[in-house]
Amino acid sequence: MTERLSVRKTYKLFIGGAFPRSESGRSYVVTSAKGEFLANASKASRKDARDAVVAARKAFGGWSGATAYNRGQVIYRIAEMLESRRAQFAAELVAADGVAAKKAAELLDAAVDRLVWYAGWSDKIGAIRGSANPVAGPYFNLSSTEPTGVVAVVAPPTGPLLGLVSVIAPVIVTGNTCVVVASERAPLPSITLSEVLATSDLPGGVVNILTGGSEEIAPWLAGHMDVNGIDLTGAAPDLAKTCEELAAENLKRVLRPPADKIDWLADPGTARMTAFLETKTVWHPIGV
Amino acid sequence: MDSFVLVGDAREVSTLTTSGFSDVASSNAALRGFLHGLPGVDKVGADGRAAMLGTRSIKTTAKRQAIDLAISMVDLTTLEGADTPGKVRAMCAKAVHPDPSNPDVPRVAAVCVYPDLVAEAVRAVGSSGVKVASVATAFPSGRSSLEVKVTDTELAVAAGADEVDMVIDRGAFLAGDYLKVFEEIVAIKAACGDAHLKVILETGELATYDNVRRASWLAMLAGGDFIKTSTGKVQPAATLPVTLVMLEAVRDFLDSTGRKVGVKPAGGIRTTKDAIKMLVLVKETAGDGWLDPDWFRLGASSVLNDLLMQRQKQDTGRYSGPDYFTLD
Amino acid sequence: MFEYAPAPESRDVVDIKPSYGLFVNGEFVDGSGSAFKTINPASEEKLAEIAAASAADVDLAVQAARKAFTTWSAMPGAERAKYLFRIARIIQERARELAVLESLDNGKPIRESRDVDLPLVAAHFFYYAGWADKLQYAGYGTRPLGVAGQVIPWNFPLLMLAWKIAPALACGNTVVLKPAETTPLTALLFAEICQQADLPPGVVNIVTGAGETGAAVVNHPDVDKVAFTGSTEVGRLIARSVAGTGKKVTLELGGKAANIVYEDAALDQAVEGIVNGIFFNQGHVCCAGSRLLVQESIAGELLASLKRRLGTLRMGDPLDKNTDIGAINSAAQLAKIRELSDAGEQEGAERWSPACAIPAQGFWFPPTIFTGVAQSHRIAREEIFGPVLSVLTFRTPAEAVEKANNTPFGLSAGVWTEKASLMLWTADRLRAGVIWSNTFNRFDPTSPFGGYKESGYGREGGRHGLEAYLDARDGSL
Repeated sequence: MTERLSVRKTYKLFIGGAFPRSESGRSYVVTSAKGEFLANASKASRKDARDAVVAARKAFGGWSGATAYNRGQVIYRIAEMLESRRAQFAAELVAADGVAAKKAAELLDAAVDRLVWYAGWSDKIGAIRGSANPVAGPYFNLSSTEPTGVVAVVAPPTGPLLGLVSVIAPVIVTGNTCVVVASERAPLPSITLSEVLATSDLPGGVVNILTGGSEEIAPWLAGHMDVNGIDLTGAAPDLAKTCEELAAENLKRVLRPPADKIDWLADPGTARMTAFLETKTVWHPIGV
Repeated sequence: MDSFVLVGDAREVSTLTTSGFSDVASSNAALRGFLHGLPGVDKVGADGRAAMLGTRSIKTTAKRQAIDLAISMVDLTTLEGADTPGKVRAMCAKAVHPDPSNPDVPRVAAVCVYPDLVAEAVRAVGSSGVKVASVATAFPSGRSSLEVKVTDTELAVAAGADEVDMVIDRGAFLAGDYLKVFEEIVAIKAACGDAHLKVILETGELATYDNVRRASWLAMLAGGDFIKTSTGKVQPAATLPVTLVMLEAVRDFLDSTGRKVGVKPAGGIRTTKDAIKMLVLVKETAGDGWLDPDWFRLGASSVLNDLLMQRQKQDTGRYSGPDYFTLD
Repeated sequence: MFEYAPAPESRDVVDIKPSYGLFVNGEFVDGSGSAFKTINPASEEKLAEIAAASAADVDLAVQAARKAFTTWSAMPGAERAKYLFRIARIIQERARELAVLESLDNGKPIRESRDVDLPLVAAHFFYYAGWADKLQYAGYGTRPLGVAGQVIPWNFPLLMLAWKIAPALACGNTVVLKPAETTPLTALLFAEICQQADLPPGVVNIVTGAGETGAAVVNHPDVDKVAFTGSTEVGRLIARSVAGTGKKVTLELGGKAANIVYEDAALDQAVEGIVNGIFFNQGHVCCAGSRLLVQESIAGELLASLKRRLGTLRMGDPLDKNTDIGAINSAAQLAKIRELSDAGEQEGAERWSPACAIPAQGFWFPPTIFTGVAQSHRIAREEIFGPVLSVLTFRTPAEAVEKANNTPFGLSAGVWTEKASLMLWTADRLRAGVIWSNTFNRFDPTSPFGGYKESGYGREGGRHGLEAYLDARDGSL
């Protein structure tokens, strides 16, 4: 009997909740850690980046205006969806990252757990980062947290799933929307993650994922005047410096690449969330 | 021109002729709707504005002007159960010649007494130009029947009072019966005849600045010639922010109706500094047009000696002492 | 009649020296740049010669700060606190002297320097003094960053110094601060206060000069932290120049705040708030309420009240205790205000100022209102940083918010309504770091201040203000 020919997946971009090919028509070959052909991934252009920013901006009002409880539930739903696709992700991680099956399972577990962890932060970060301020006068004075806006994320080249989840979740849990430049070398889990996101009640445009060359796309996002912040975690030093300079044009909030290699399995702390949070302080008189 | 012509019974208040406000008092609902439609007053903002104006530095020539102006605006007041004809005569003498040693000192605007002592006061001030004001309408609580209040007023006017200081029915106001308050003022105004009517809001009992603004408009719409803060029997009395809110009210009322109403803070004004702060408030809120005894009064007694002492300091360059001023 | 007589505050409380050096390592030293003069903007009289710090001078200051950092950061927080409390007390003791000096050098009315700036300066030092030994409870770690390079503007010279130095020192950093070129005097008097307080040498260094001195501070390789308050233009340059260096940066930049007045507002207080919002400190305020958005249904009434109120503003001698509007800080700033105001007229907005006598000497600009302003006009978009108000109208709350947010800035905003739910709805939607509702231009050391978008990043004041001066990295970062 003839062995059945598998139906391959076409890996496309994820923009505004849809899966378009790059408007440039370009693709690039993605190989496994061992160098075997895996897929032709879309190679995003600056125009795809621009479209993704438009989609992220469009989604910002609704997502940032949703209740924290709702955002937490959506992110928890992402964790559920990820869990339900364990086998697929595990196989992809083995192929993409070259990790052993046992390690892949561990990373997958950590990614699911990380999402659950961040989901719980949605309605708590305001409590630890806000404050009631005892001003010296008859005024109610309250500082609360608000999302920065549209955030560009240069995802880490390594840790194609755990690393990716660990940079996306803290940005969106607080109400930001994002445009992610996926790992250039191992982009496939990011697109599979997109499929999870698309089926997780996450409004289209909250997360947009671009595959391709980060050196090519990231500077366009760094210089984009409608992007409010940029996470340079996955940018090499030269690219990070270029992007930071470009980001100065509209005073983007910049999360610089870490000095040391990141242990994605360690406690992430709150810094990734607070990097893209604004503090709004409201004054109001108290009197009859 | 008095645009508040009252025709017939006090109940027929819809005959008010003030343009644009003719229907305001057609019912309690209409009156309530109007008063509650006035812009609110933010307490902290009003307090802050009054406090800022309180920091104005009035020195040298300005201080001299202010002291004489303040003296000429004083309603020298005695409203005690123990008042006697002798006490009233002494006070009137002081009103006419506040500083017997210095004829340059202006006389005060008026003396203010209980109705039964009006005749005594009228005799005592004679033709000096000092007006005689009488409290009336079951002062200070106002808790009596309209008949008693009207009679109280008529007797004071018959005894020669130039001005009547009535109290509003704060109970009715706080109960939301604005029309009752309104009609009472209209009735007292009618009983005043040619005497000027000052309407005491007793702001200390109204509690909020929103109420002070509403009561000010109510009193003005009903025909009051002056709005006055307090009886002097309730604390707080004439605070700066309350006076500020009332000055805003007379300013806006003039803009809206063309009729000018005076303001009289009373109670708690004890020092020259207090008095000058009031004048600053007038100047920068209602404007110079109110810096006149016809439009602004200070209901007080002890402030007069402090004004005289400060005046003498300006003349002599020395600080004076209480022994050099009469205690009447 | 009753007219206010002149009531000048006495100049005798300050003793201005003919010339001032830099304050480095606890001592006044000569600068190697070419000295410049600082003038009284109300009279154009020269007040003093000021040393200019060259890059080499800045380097010495940074070295002094670096050396002092070792002991200052290791000192128990409770001891650092006591130095700061001591400084706060000396500021209170010398408050009148500082206020007069501030008004002389800056041109702001003595009423404001005396009643706003100085009390807030002292309060800021008191507030952060108390944090010095409680950092472990604040949630940002306890590790100071090192040497902080701080560059401050001329609009609130001493207050901005306090906002920068107090939290930096409380957290265990040492500082090199550059005051603005046109207003160095109170910073130099503050240096004397540091001496009086026996603050260890090098903990606070003051380097005077112009833009190059500031650039030398910001770009010095041994500076770990840059804090800047000033224009968005310079903020951009700084953000660019620190790229790739790892220096921590906080920027407090420009604004074009909307002050929204709904039809149910407490109008008299709203008028006061509008006046305080744009005419406080001659409008030299980054968070000034420079765009009045008034609901169309009350626009006529509100503008009439506003114009009447402007007629009572008293412009003139900053040292007169009754002055409301002082002098514009510099000829350059006056030229900028004139240029933008002229543009407003050319673009078709209607200009109005109250009758107002302008002194013959000094830099003055009358309180000015532009009506009939469209969102597209330059005076509705660019920061004027002067006593100029642009008035726009709106019909619905949604339109108010849309117009308010239609700017690259996001520092502050005002909202006036007696309806609490509308206030909260509006405040929630305004993209700005400080929202004043039924008030404007209030400041307090406990209350975080700072902007969204191009108004900069980081917060000054409150617990949040500590984050700028601590190595707050946690977790895997």
